[in-house]
Amino acid sequence: MSQPIIDYSNPVAILNASKENAISLSRREFIKLAGASGSLVVGLSVLPGEVFAQSSNSTAELNTYVLINADNSIRIYAPNPEIGQGIKTALPMIVAEELDADWKQVIVESAPVAELYGRQAAGGSTSILTRWNEMRGMGAIARQMLVQAASDQWNLPASELSTQDSTVSHQGTGRSASYGELAAAAVKLPMPNVDQLEFKTPDQYKLLGTRITGVNNQEVVTGQPLFGIDTVVPGMLYANYVKCPVIGGKAVSANLDEIKALPGIKHAFIMPGTTDVSYFEVGSGDGVASGVAIVAESTWQAIKARRQLNVEWDTSNASDDNWDDFVEQATELAKGPGANVLDEKGDVTAALQNADKTVASTYSFGYVSHAQLEPQNCVADWKGDSVEVWAPTQTPSAAVNSLNKLLGIPKENITLHQIRAGGGFGRRLENDYAREAALISREIGVPVKLQWTREDDMAFDYFRPGGFYSLAGGLDQNGKLSVWDNHIIAPSVDGNSPGFAAGLRPPAYPRQLLDQYRFTQSLITYKTPTGFCRAPTSNTYAFVEQCFIHELADAAGRDHVEFLVETMVGMTGQGQGFARSPDRTRAVNVIQTVAKRANWGQSMPEGRALGLAFYYSHAGHIAEIADVSVDSAKKVTIHKVWVVADIGTVINLSGAENQCQGAVIDAISTMMAQEITMKDGQIEQTNFHQYPLLRSNNRPEIDVHFVDSGNSPTGMGEPAFPPLAPAVGNAIFAATGERARSLPISNLGFSI
Amino acid sequence: MINLKINNKEYNLDDIDPETPLLWALRDTLGLVGTKFGCGVAQCGACTILLNGQPGRGCQMPVGALEGIEITTVEGLAEEDGTLSALQQAWIDHDVPQCGYCQAGQLLAATSLLERNPSPSTEEIDTAMSGNICRCGTYTRIVSAIQSVAKDTGGAA
Repeated sequence: MSQPIIDYSNPVAILNASKENAISLSRREFIKLAGASGSLVVGLSVLPGEVFAQSSNSTAELNTYVLINADNSIRIYAPNPEIGQGIKTALPMIVAEELDADWKQVIVESAPVAELYGRQAAGGSTSILTRWNEMRGMGAIARQMLVQAASDQWNLPASELSTQDSTVSHQGTGRSASYGELAAAAVKLPMPNVDQLEFKTPDQYKLLGTRITGVNNQEVVTGQPLFGIDTVVPGMLYANYVKCPVIGGKAVSANLDEIKALPGIKHAFIMPGTTDVSYFEVGSGDGVASGVAIVAESTWQAIKARRQLNVEWDTSNASDDNWDDFVEQATELAKGPGANVLDEKGDVTAALQNADKTVASTYSFGYVSHAQLEPQNCVADWKGDSVEVWAPTQTPSAAVNSLNKLLGIPKENITLHQIRAGGGFGRRLENDYAREAALISREIGVPVKLQWTREDDMAFDYFRPGGFYSLAGGLDQNGKLSVWDNHIIAPSVDGNSPGFAAGLRPPAYPRQLLDQYRFTQSLITYKTPTGFCRAPTSNTYAFVEQCFIHELADAAGRDHVEFLVETMVGMTGQGQGFARSPDRTRAVNVIQTVAKRANWGQSMPEGRALGLAFYYSHAGHIAEIADVSVDSAKKVTIHKVWVVADIGTVINLSGAENQCQGAVIDAISTMMAQEITMKDGQIEQTNFHQYPLLRSNNRPEIDVHFVDSGNSPTGMGEPAFPPLAPAVGNAIFAATGERARSLPISNLGFSI
Repeated sequence: MINLKINNKEYNLDDIDPETPLLWALRDTLGLVGTKFGCGVAQCGACTILLNGQPGRGCQMPVGALEGIEITTVEGLAEEDGTLSALQQAWIDHDVPQCGYCQAGQLLAATSLLERNPSPSTEEIDTAMSGNICRCGTYTRIVSAIQSVAKDTGGAA
């Protein structure tokens, strides 16, 4: 089985993959160059190491982030894809802060896709963490050059000059000049020493931590072209691509002549596909599923024509997955520990026998779809020996590699435009739609917009995998956790290793606390493709772990907050980026803060209770409490959710809060009633009527609070998701005495 | 030929299949791409448009049935000079969007709500907006934005 280029469930792997972005400024050198007359362009060469020593020659490539125009407007490039996580606003804010730019005069543009920009991707909530120093440096160096230009012109020491709102000024003489007035002189100055850049301290921030509205909100509310689906290229045709409903089936023949005779249909042809769809390589793979392309003069003509398409499929090597079979096998396996021991300390069996009290439970969860609201689409324009692609992807850099492999043309012949995506959630880490569009355009020799239907999108996802955990835990006579036994039962495509995002390395927590600990694994062969979905693995394991902790606290007869805080002993994350475990101080702080905000311990009416959970993922420490009531018909009302987050310095308060509010809604949607099931290799759900998303009338009130811990900033796209389901599950138990151990909880008779 | 009146302008659609849903005619034929495709089965509301002021689903409305009807899309919400409607401005002021894909539909549903009921209760807002899915979960801010405009027009929040 191909391994992913980057394992988005593994923060360490993400960080390693991103290290070129995370390196200190001293490993790169800032370069200034004169752009258009009167413009100051601050750029950064990313030619690495020794190679860069030669970069002052005329062949060194430069990229640019900051451009100051004579009219005082400032263009800042946003290097990473915008998928709704707000990164196109947040990264330029960091530049503008150190530059002391007037935000009203800043124009943000998406950067071109080029190796010079490092890893351009949206995944793993990494963009803020990995670009923090780079973006700060961009602003600081531009500011320093502008100050020096003023210093030279006024014959005043630079140390006496100050900057504010895109202006340099001198208090003593009252002199001031705008950045636009100084830019032409600034570009002629020698490059500042990047090792001696001084960054602001948080108390000096004017922009960071404030509420800044999204840089493209004007276009959003007026309906201007913005998304991949809005792309139009002259001479473009419109395609649908029909794949076998049984995943992995291959098209043998079809009534192509009949289809071609329908109104507006220009082409209809079979594409053989390249490989078993389960084996796609994340992001940069070259797999293409077999199917039938229908190319028309409009999207509607293609959609209408496919209704009359008849295809003979060869399903001999296709998926024969049945979810019922998986559940049956997993239920049997869950009766004991797994045969494959991944990690073990002490004699767990004996420790469980000797424990004062023990708790044993099996948790399970189904597959889910990403269901981003903009169905997959891509515009590709094949030009004979080159291709131009407009892709709403989370991995534009990897998309270029993918097309390079698939099409066999050099990377320099591939122009990929990153386009705002109507939601990502991990689905657009894959570039299957871009490959399909490129192949269709190559076949017909004209630009084409490939449009998937919602039904395509739901049937051909890289789903969040389902799985089971059976756990046993023991308490000593003081009601303290003493032993933990954890058995993961996961789907596997090849039978040897868990599918993408289906496995879980032995977690650090609560291992440090314990002298007896065991983590075992069982695999069930299953072909349905899986992939990374918002907070991969954390999005399900948090439910398992944090509900089971609550079960143990309840068995010990102890307060949940107190018990949970106690389990944090020995956690040594210390806030160092993507440490694999939480930092005790930060964890305890968010747990105790959320308890205080929610008035933990208050008396509640019958059938109503608070539930608590904490989870550390993607470098964020997050605690959540849900206020939930359940009626006699098992109808669940989530009245309010409190979120307390420690993500270090908050860049955009509005954006970070929006991500928390959205993650709560998303997680409620997912835990309540969303499930993808398979029958004979085919996905049974086709559209939103069978896959419900939470609507406004079921939204809870959401209280978001950020703890200022003084740590450097980390991402907020994912970490607020994992604690929600266990917080609600724990509240349901507290309110009813019924423990929900399976997701979605609609399968247990609950509704919302 | 089919004649449509969209945002107070007349459009003549030559050679179009009268079964074509308004959604695709707007997007592919007329270049009005603010109206979005989300599900194609009237479940999500991304293609919400106003037909004589009432919210409708662009994916379900064949253009052949729409002659003589006043159609409003997101492109028609602002004044001709570009001044945003109060709701559009509130969407920006409250930084409502995340990905933004559903927001055209949300804005049209909200516009219709306030025309019918200038001072809706919170519950009335939630009920009226429940036809429109936001996959990113911006409901908290959608409701706040609507309430701020309802206040501005003298309604109770």
